[in-house]
Amino acid sequence: MPPDAEALAEADIEAVAEQVFVALADPSRRAILAALASGGPATATDLADRLPITRQAIAKHLALLAEVGLVTPEPGERRRVRYRLRSAPMQVAQQFLAALARDWDGPLGALKDHLDRSAHGPATTPHPSSPGAT
Amino acid sequence: MAFPDRIERTVELAHPPAKVWAALTTAEGLGAWFGNEAAIDLRPGGSARMRWSEEGYTAHMQVERVEEPAVFGFTWHIFGLPEDDPRRTYVEFTLEPAGAGTRLTVTESGFAQLPDDLYRKAYDGNTDGWAKELGELAAYLDAA
Repeated sequence: MPPDAEALAEADIEAVAEQVFVALADPSRRAILAALASGGPATATDLADRLPITRQAIAKHLALLAEVGLVTPEPGERRRVRYRLRSAPMQVAQQFLAALARDWDGPLGALKDHLDRSAHGPATTPHPSSPGAT
Repeated sequence: MAFPDRIERTVELAHPPAKVWAALTTAEGLGAWFGNEAAIDLRPGGSARMRWSEEGYTAHMQVERVEEPAVFGFTWHIFGLPEDDPRRTYVEFTLEPAGAGTRLTVTESGFAQLPDDLYRKAYDGNTDGWAKELGELAAYLDAA
């Protein structure tokens, strides 16, 4: 990828992640995405049966989610539109979270403790007569 | 505000580099402070794994740099991404003598990488995924 395209891609990645986080910040949209993730593609009517949200509100949220590319509309039975969750934007967002979820402070603290423990042994009192550590 | 591609930490340890090196690069050392159980083939290209028994998680690593007792580097899977995701981050430990002890720096980089195929998948609005996989399974079963 040429540098310009790369910079553009980076900005786009940021935008994709932001759309995921914005979508997830709303409890109704979170419930809709969760229902699509667990149960697979569904129509607005299917979702209204399963969630404590009105069909109208669900249709509005689905339209918004489709607009930003988090769900894809596709033809369903009886000419109803079904919505499918798109996993790729979620994976982009997940990658952003990976840097925040990585904990090095805990392991480095454990390393320090491990080295101190093995240097001093299990005894808590000093042993002046014990063989010197090499 | 961009998320970080790279994480860096430095700690001062009151132990000589040789001792720190052993804690970082042997199965016994890694199993004592990092995971609960470890195995390592300490050479560039060698594989290593660490297991956290409580979490039931095993990390598979590939050793990249072995410069005793100064640099130890490996790559591993990005935690939280699907197992089959090809992306890996690079972890490098650098040991510098500091008085009688060691200054240990760990850097982990590659969190912001994005291969072309995922880039494409994230934007082109395709409807691949489980439906496609299940379709392939159905086709495979039909053919069998």
